[in-house]
Amino acid sequence: MSDKLLEIKNLSIHYFADKTVFKAVNGVNLSLERGQTVGLVGETGAGKTTTALGVMGLIPSPPGKVVSGEILFEGKDLLKMSASEMRKVRGKKISMIFQDPMTALNPVLTVGDQITEVIKLHEKCSSLEAAAKAKEMLEMVGIPAERFSEYPHQFSGGMKQRVVISIALACRPEVIIADEPTTALDVTIQAQVLELMTKLKKEIQTSMILITHDLGVVAEICDKVAIMYAGEIIEFGDLEAIYDNTAHPYTIRLFGAIPDLEKDVDRLEPIMGLMPDPSNLAPGCRFCPRCANRMPICETTPPPEVEVTPGHMVKCHLYKEGGLA
Amino acid sequence: MSTLLEVKNLKKYFKTPGGMLHAVDDVSFSINRGETLGVVGESGCGKSTLGRTVIHLLPKTSGQIIFDGEDISDVDDHKLKELRRDMQMIFQDPFSSLNPRMSISQIISEPLKIYHVCKNSKELDSRVTALMETVGLALRFRDAYPHELDGGRRQRVGIARALALDPKFIVCDEPVSALDVSIQAQILNLMQDLQKERGLTFIFITHDLSVVKHISDNISVMYLGNMVEKSPKKELFDNPLHPYTKALLSAIPQASIHRKKERILLEGEITSPINPKPGCRFAARCIYAQDRCREAAPPLEEMAPGHFCACYRAKELAQG
Repeated sequence: MSDKLLEIKNLSIHYFADKTVFKAVNGVNLSLERGQTVGLVGETGAGKTTTALGVMGLIPSPPGKVVSGEILFEGKDLLKMSASEMRKVRGKKISMIFQDPMTALNPVLTVGDQITEVIKLHEKCSSLEAAAKAKEMLEMVGIPAERFSEYPHQFSGGMKQRVVISIALACRPEVIIADEPTTALDVTIQAQVLELMTKLKKEIQTSMILITHDLGVVAEICDKVAIMYAGEIIEFGDLEAIYDNTAHPYTIRLFGAIPDLEKDVDRLEPIMGLMPDPSNLAPGCRFCPRCANRMPICETTPPPEVEVTPGHMVKCHLYKEGGLA
Repeated sequence: MSTLLEVKNLKKYFKTPGGMLHAVDDVSFSINRGETLGVVGESGCGKSTLGRTVIHLLPKTSGQIIFDGEDISDVDDHKLKELRRDMQMIFQDPFSSLNPRMSISQIISEPLKIYHVCKNSKELDSRVTALMETVGLALRFRDAYPHELDGGRRQRVGIARALALDPKFIVCDEPVSALDVSIQAQILNLMQDLQKERGLTFIFITHDLSVVKHISDNISVMYLGNMVEKSPKKELFDNPLHPYTKALLSAIPQASIHRKKERILLEGEITSPINPKPGCRFAARCIYAQDRCREAAPPLEEMAPGHFCACYRAKELAQG
């Protein structure tokens, strides 16, 4: 299957504050095919969450604004939809799993009510039917239906994330955007939740964009990987391209900075310097000030996107169409 | 190498409305000078409480702490102030562990002022400058406030503050957990360099097994207030004995697509540390649990040289 379910084209989102403009997302292209999981990887401030909020139509405005681009979902541009049209998509066709299960749930409503709410909003059914469906969803994520009337504080972190997942899946959406769904969880619980998400994804045939900073999690459940830096996708490809034929200097350094469990190294190789300030981006390549391979051209000209091998895109002057420059 | 810190049967209980919370329950270990003991475990296993109790940030319930050959289990405030020169702490969250109303130089110089280390303000200034250089902070941040700094730089301030009095021993409570990987690597390297230069001894508390493997000499694994396994790091990763350690190691997602390993998925979640049942704390989630595991807690026994494990069935399971 290769029909594009969701296609983000040249998306730019900026935040406007007093006199400064924070360029959070700059010309992002990303497409998601049916049944696929794409990992969106980057460090804090890379623009991952802003991209996700852009797709969901949840950019806080002001100060945020989509400056340019298209987000095509099933052929229609989400950015041109009215607020009420968007409400019908959100939660029903595209839904989001938020990072922090502790704050994503309403503390004064029972978890049952919170799952029922989505179903009632999007599906024509009675309260009783909705409640029955909500109980089914709870069972599906491994929570006994008896806990329907309990409040979020009565659940542990892992359980809360399961509730958040069941809300996101309640209407069997086409696309799930999972924003760091396991970052707040312990490793053994993370393993449980990842297992659950993979299983459910198969069961209800959903496509997923998984936002994370953890390259280990990506290796486990994604088909394609997009590496984001300073609001741009600088490298994109399938797992093999990214993990075995890593091309972009930033991605290479990112792998080098992770302590490896299998190998013994005396010193890690950190990436020197810091993420660039999104209000003051360099005119050329955004990674250039921290890059060990920089050339004069990097400082002045932003690198174009080139395809080094089929399906493996890189934004770096070291490469040209089909391989090294 | 000589032992710097020895902890014997340390217990820390908290009184809660639901009963006694056994945060740290009968933990014993020792650390040699210049070495790093990594303490790993999931949230709620008592690793932070252990670190804090050892350096008297929390009063212990019972047990013995011997530091530098001296029993410091029960010390008065006067003695404690003296001890603090030698025992410092680096906190997890560089956002809340720095006073937002103090400038960077004020934060770093505070310990020096409290202990009247410097004769005059000129000397104080040069000490602060030296400390900032040691941890790799640009001097232009002297008069900046914490909110002006990113997480990595803030953590450097926390490290400079901990180093100000030239301590022998530092408890590092998840010092890199709040940082991005590229910054995390910078801080880990810095800490290793400082350890080498100054002969520091660390307790390094973390939930991240790849970090702990990188930085520690010995590793101890905690589960619900108990130390379930302790071993030199290589031995622990090559030959984990406790069923919990095995599950923990198998649960780490690895940044490679070639190492697919058998994953041991643990059922359920960590049980409550309030009024825990007798027996092994891990028994409820352990696939190998037998009746005896639920009756009495297994002792921490030496299974191989330097490799301790608290499990009745470890030997038998290791033999397959």
